[in-house]
Amino acid sequence: MRPATLDALVERGLLILALSSIGILLLITVFIFREGGPLLFRVGIGNFLGTSWQPAEGQFGIATMVAGSAAVTVGALLLGVPLGLACAIVLAEMVSIRTRTILKPAIEVLAGIPSVVYGFIGIVVLIPWIRQNLGGAGASVLAGSIILGIMVLPTVIGISIDALQAVPKSYREGSIALGATRWQTIRRVVLPAARSGIVAAVILGMGRAVGETMAVIMVAGNSVQIPHSPLDSVRTLTANIALEMGYAAGDHRSALFATGVVLFVIIMALNATANLARGWQRRRTVIRPPISQATSADLGKTTRTIRDPEAC
Amino acid sequence: MLSDMASFRVITPRREQAIADVILWTVMAFTLSMLLFIIVFVVQRGLPGLTWEYLTQAPADGGRAGGVFPMLIGTLIVTALGVVIATPLGLGTAIYLTEYTREGRLTRLIRFGAECLAGVPSIIFGLFGFVLFVIALGFGWSILAGGLTLAFMILPTIIRTSEEAIRSVPTAYREVALSLGASKWQSVVRVVLPSALPGILTGIILGVGRSISETAAVIFTAGSSLSHRAPTSLFDGVRTLSVHFYQLAREGISDQKAYTTATVLVLAILIINVTAYVIMNRLMRRYR
Repeated sequence: MRPATLDALVERGLLILALSSIGILLLITVFIFREGGPLLFRVGIGNFLGTSWQPAEGQFGIATMVAGSAAVTVGALLLGVPLGLACAIVLAEMVSIRTRTILKPAIEVLAGIPSVVYGFIGIVVLIPWIRQNLGGAGASVLAGSIILGIMVLPTVIGISIDALQAVPKSYREGSIALGATRWQTIRRVVLPAARSGIVAAVILGMGRAVGETMAVIMVAGNSVQIPHSPLDSVRTLTANIALEMGYAAGDHRSALFATGVVLFVIIMALNATANLARGWQRRRTVIRPPISQATSADLGKTTRTIRDPEAC
Repeated sequence: MLSDMASFRVITPRREQAIADVILWTVMAFTLSMLLFIIVFVVQRGLPGLTWEYLTQAPADGGRAGGVFPMLIGTLIVTALGVVIATPLGLGTAIYLTEYTREGRLTRLIRFGAECLAGVPSIIFGLFGFVLFVIALGFGWSILAGGLTLAFMILPTIIRTSEEAIRSVPTAYREVALSLGASKWQSVVRVVLPSALPGILTGIILGVGRSISETAAVIFTAGSSLSHRAPTSLFDGVRTLSVHFYQLAREGISDQKAYTTATVLVLAILIINVTAYVIMNRLMRRYR
C-alpha cells in the first residue's frame, strides 16, 4: 500500500477513535435518561421533587436527598476551598520549582487514595470523635463535610495552581517594580487576574463533592431527612442510588435512575460552568504586546504553532 | 481606599507579608500532615496482618479470616481489561488531536467530551455499566462488564496524559523524520510515539491506580459476592479489593482485616503514583 493511502486510512481510523469519548458520553446520557426519564412523566414532577421517599408506596420525592447533597457539599467547600487555595498559593507563588516538584505529587497522592479508605478513616476516627465531643450519633453532615473537604483538596489545588500559573509573569514584575511586597502582589494582582480560574477550581471541587458516593455513605448516616444541624444524619443523592440499587426493582429502580439523571444534570451544569470560567480567564489574561516585548507565554504559543503538523 | 490606607498604617506591608507567610505555610503543613496521618494510621495498623498467606489464601468466615487471593486476582484482571480497552481509544484520540488535526471546532468538541467524561461521577458510570453491560447486553455481574465500565472511566486520564506526552516531543524530531522521506504515520509510529512512551506509560499507570481504588463503578458491574476461588472466565463475577474492603469496613466484619486490606490498597496507590511520577518527570526533563 502506498504510504499516502495508508496515511489517509490512518487519519480516518484515528478520527473514529477520537470520537469515542464523545460517543461514550452520549451513550451514558441516553441510557441513564431512558431508564430514569419515563418515571418522571409517570409519577409527575411534583411527586419526584417532594420530600417523601417511600418507594414501596409510590412516593419518590428526592428533595431530602437534594438537601443532603447540598449540605455536605457546602460544608466540604467551606473547609476545602480555603485550605486548597492557600496550598495552591504556596505551591504556585512561594516555593522553588524543586520544592514544587516534591510537594505537588504528594498532594496528588491524596487524589489517588481510594474513597473507601477515606470513608473508613471517617468511621474509625472522625465519627467516634464527633460522638464524644459534640454529641449526636457521629455519622452526620459534619463528618461528611470534613471527609469530602479533604477529598476535594487535590481538585481545588490542582486547578487553582493552573489558574495562578496562567497569570503572565509581567503582571507580577509590574507589581513588584511598583514597590509592592510579594503578598500584596499575590492578593491584589495575581489572585484577581486568576479569579475565574479559581472559580472553576471551586466549581469542579463542588462537582467532586456532589458526585462522591462511597465515602459519604460510610460517614453521613444516610437518614432520609432534611438536616437542621451539622450533627444531623443525612442521605445524599449518590448514597440513595448506591444504597438501594442492590435490591430495587420496577418503579423503585427507575426512581434511582431518575435520581441519577438529576445528579448527571447537576454535574454537567457544573462542568460546563467551570469550562466557561476557565476559557474566560484564558481569554482575559492573554496580553498582546508589541512583538519586541513578547513574553515567555507568547513564545510558548509560537512554538506550538510551529509544532502544528500542518505547518511542517 | 481610605480605610485601606488607614489599615496599612497599623499593619505595615512587611508585617502583612510575614503574617500571610505564616498562615499559608501553616495551612500547607496541615494539609501535608493530614495526608501523612491517613497513610501512617492505616499502614501502622494493617501492616502486621499483611503476610504472604494473606495475599495467597482464600477468605474464610465471610472475610473474618483467611486472605484476599480471589479479590486480588479479580482486581488485577478487571483493571487489566479496563486498561487494555482504554489505551487504544485514548492513545488514538491523543495522536489524532496532536498530529492529525488543527485546533478547531472538532478538537474543541473532542476535548469537551473528554473533559465532561472526566467529571462524570463514578456512581453514574456504575449505573450506566449496570444497564448497558449487565442487563442489556446480558453479561451479568462479570469481569467483562466491570472492565468495560472502568475502561470508559479511565479514558479521559489516558487521553490527557498521552496528549501531554506527545506534545512534549520536540517538533524537530518530526521534521527530521519527514525530511528523510517518512510518511506522517511512519514518523508518528517510529519517532514520536517511542519518544513519548514514558508519558503514555504514566497515563496508563494512573489509569491502573484509578481502577484499583474505584468502588462505586465496579460494585454494580463486576458484582460484590464473596468468592472463595479465583475467577476462571470473563463472565465470572468478582469482588475487587476495594469492594471487599468496603464490605469489611461498612458492615464491621473485621477491623483487623479491614486495616490490612486498606494497607494493600494504600501501598499499591503509593507505589503507582510514585512510579508514574518518576517516569513522567524523566520524560519532561529529557525535552526541557
